[in-house]
Amino acid sequence: MRVGVVTFPGSLDDVDAARAVRLAGHESVALWHGDHDLQGVDAVILPGGFSYGDYLRCGAISRFAPVMTEVVAGAQRGLPVLGICNGFQILCESHLLPGALIRNDHRKFVCRDQRLRLDNTDTVWTSAYSPGAEITVVLKNGEGAFVADQETLDRLEGEGRVVARYLGGNPNGSLHDIAGIANDAGNVVGLMPHPEHAVEDLCGPGIDGLGFFTSLLETVEGRVGAS
Amino acid sequence: MARVVVDVMPKPEILDPQGKAVLGALPRLGFSGVTDVRQGKRFELELEGEPSEELLDQARRMAQTLLSNPVIEDFHVTLVDS
Repeated sequence: MRVGVVTFPGSLDDVDAARAVRLAGHESVALWHGDHDLQGVDAVILPGGFSYGDYLRCGAISRFAPVMTEVVAGAQRGLPVLGICNGFQILCESHLLPGALIRNDHRKFVCRDQRLRLDNTDTVWTSAYSPGAEITVVLKNGEGAFVADQETLDRLEGEGRVVARYLGGNPNGSLHDIAGIANDAGNVVGLMPHPEHAVEDLCGPGIDGLGFFTSLLETVEGRVGAS
Repeated sequence: MARVVVDVMPKPEILDPQGKAVLGALPRLGFSGVTDVRQGKRFELELEGEPSEELLDQARRMAQTLLSNPVIEDFHVTLVDS
């Protein structure tokens, strides 16, 4: 599969995301924030970092980057989109996902290995995991607290759209310990922790993150094969 | 020219860690009796044209689209004498 990774001004983790894509057996395609062009990719990753310096609000300016017009249109057609950290913030600002991410309740930047439980393994980005799987990946953010109104939280919980939850204590004040959510179709997933930093034993806390990138193969190619 | 001020504040139910930090710092500087601090943003827009309801509407659309995130913030638009 061809998986696009968008680089915004201030993206940090685009290279790691592209490497994770290749380690999972896909071809990585570099996408540029200023282009109205997804180069025909089969899936898109919005990587972590501090796009546009986090000015105004995290993700608020990136949302209006030319490439995002194409990402939003693609996502609405079913294109798999994964937003990691700053990418999650961009997806919320773009209204592809509900809620918002605000400053950590303790006001400090967090950088640590983080245990997660995968509560939804039916999305195109999590199907490689067994339901309820517990994994360790990297968490690093200053504004990672997921917030939404009660009605939205009830809907996310009721529809099983909480993809991942923090284990071992809440690291940032996220409501319901939410680390990641999906849209109702399951093709768009936002995740605050970084699976792309946990894909090789040499660096990082293990390879628990690889499943996010191998999941694509099973679900999307399975669907292509079935259609 | 018209000057429009857009004030953006975190919604009351949304935790405001920055305001909390300021609230914690004030007593350390000897300012007592402060019971709460909320921190927001103020935008001063210089708009072409005479002040009008239409210009205010335009500023409201800017506030709704970019200057605020309605999920977590409220905004207030005011026309000021420039």
